[in-house]
Order: sequence, then C-alpha cells, then structure tokens
Amino acid sequence: MARRELQEINSGSMADIAFLLLLFFIVSATMYTDMGLVRKLPAMPDENTVQEEVNVKARNVFVILVNRNNQLLVEGQHMNIRDLRAAAKEFIANPNDNIDMPAKEMINIKYFGKIAVTKKHVISLQSDRGTSYEMYIAVQNELAAAYNELRNELAIQKFGMKYPEMEKNKHYKDQCDAINEIYPMQISEAEPKNTGV
Amino acid sequence: MSKFRKGKKRTIQAISTSSLPDIVFMLLFFFMVTTVMREVEMKVEIVGVSSNQIKKLEDKSLVSYIYIGKPMNKKIYGTLPRIQLNDVYAEPEQIRDFIAGKREQVSEYQRDKMTVSLKIDKNTEMGIVTDVKQELRKVNALKINYSAFEGDPIKSLSK
Repeated sequence: MARRELQEINSGSMADIAFLLLLFFIVSATMYTDMGLVRKLPAMPDENTVQEEVNVKARNVFVILVNRNNQLLVEGQHMNIRDLRAAAKEFIANPNDNIDMPAKEMINIKYFGKIAVTKKHVISLQSDRGTSYEMYIAVQNELAAAYNELRNELAIQKFGMKYPEMEKNKHYKDQCDAINEIYPMQISEAEPKNTGV
Repeated sequence: MSKFRKGKKRTIQAISTSSLPDIVFMLLFFFMVTTVMREVEMKVEIVGVSSNQIKKLEDKSLVSYIYIGKPMNKKIYGTLPRIQLNDVYAEPEQIRDFIAGKREQVSEYQRDKMTVSLKIDKNTEMGIVTDVKQELRKVNALKINYSAFEGDPIKSLSK
C-alpha cells in the first residue's frame, strides 16, 4: 500500500475568514469614548441620625434658581445665562472683598504660601421638576467654566502654563491640587423643589 | 550591453497575496484592542446635550450607563420619558438592583471608582432626572457623569 502523503491545508481562504472576523468587529464595536461633566452627588443623610442644621452664612451662598420656563434667578435677580459665568467668577474669587460675597480665610497652601481663599463658598443650584435638562446642563456648564477659567488664570499667573495642560501632565499633580484648593468646586445640587412659575 | 539581457521575455509578475491574511489579521487585532462592544440596544430616543467643559471618562469598564428619553416606539409606550437600564425600560426603583448588579462585576478595590454615566435627552424635564439622582444617592453611587458632546450649550439653547 502506498503511503499517503500528508497534504497541507489550503490556506488560501484564510484571508477571507480574517476579513469576515474583521467586518464583524467593525460593525459591532464602537470607538466612541464617553465624555461629559463629572459631578459628585452628596451622600444621603442617614435616617437615624438627627440632621444637624448646617448653618451657612448667606454671604457664602450663591443661589441659582431655574424655573420651569428655563428662566434664571440668581441671588434674587433675574439673569440671562450669558451673564452667569462672569457673575459666578466674581462670586467665587471675590476680588474686591465685597461684603455680600463669600468671606475669605487665610490658609497655607503649597507653592502659594499664606493666601486668602473663599473656602466656605457654596453655589446652590436648584431646579424645578419642569426645568429642561438642556437648560440644567447649560447652567452646570457655565459654572464649570467659571471654575476652569479662574483656575486657568491662576495657573498662567503662577506657573506660566495652562491649567488643562497641567492637568494632563502627571508631574504637575501637586500644583493642580494646590490650585484646586484655592478654587474648590463646591456646587450643591439641592433636592428638587417646585419653584413655581 | 546585452550581457545582462538574457533571452527570456519579461512578464508582469502577479503580486504575491500570501501575506494578505497577515495584514488583515493585524487590522483585526487593532480593532479588537481599540474598540468596545456596543453596550445596549437603544430603546429610547436621545438627542445629547452639548457642553464645552467636558472631560473624558477614564476607565470604561467601570462605567455603567443610564439612559433617559422618549420611547422609540411611541404607539405602544407613549411619549413620556422613560428610563432604560441595559436593554429594558425600568422604573426608578429598579436602579438599586441595577447598581448592585454592576458592583458585583467589579473587584472590590475598584468599586469606589465606579461611575454612573447619565445619557439624557435634552428635552427631558428635570423631574425624572432628579428621581434617578435620588435613587443613586440612596444606593451610594455618588460619582456621576452628565454625558455630553463638545459644543456651545448656550448657542444650542437659543435654537
């Protein structure tokens, strides 16, 4: 009996098989990475513990109300959203030591030494159940922009570098932390109220 | 001169295709590594919001998604905004189990890094969003992300 020779497997169709797999992955997969505004929700107060009344001085709070018609009431004043960023920036930094704006405290911060910081300021954002999500995000965006612009200005003044670039670079983590300590993002997303029309 | 010219006539050579599988495999591996499987089938319509202060979410495997928007099939489900978890419509109370399930898939030391990304239609009213946020607070899933596209929010508001 003649010995059968071992036949090689024909690999000509290998390319086709790989193409099929490739097409499957292209169709079923997404390259898209999610982007957005990252926020931290406040922890739910424990039901058993008596809730302490947190006493925050009125001058330290920046109240923003958004009603169901997407209108803004900032510190009791009607405001266009285009003006919100500047107003928020002035509130957070309080450059003129205005009595109506948050009190400053002297604290020691790395790289900066003793510096006056509006440590206790809070931006309170209250929306109606009927407010549109788009408007809510627009307000959140303006507030984030106010913080980012202030941080950026400080970063350029102190380190001669843009804040977003510093954030990307791991070597500048300490510097970024110092800047964040001077302008800490304190936005309170209060529980919903029916603020009415 | 004619030293180099041997008698044979030159014919056009076919390009060798034997390395084609290798090239395709390389492409295939590239796609396998860089992409992530589509998570769910969308059951709600979402027109995203835009923002110019957005940041990238770091670790995809630690992100769970909650979708809110009007149902795709309005004849059956109406036009009120609904919550979608995984592949089904859900009520706010079900978020508790959803988050618990997601937590179990993640190793313990990474649990505090888990983020919930909210993908919400821009015309949704804040009521349902607030309900979802309250549920998230109850289960202590405090890191959230308002998913958005790059763009100017005020410009799109006036439209």
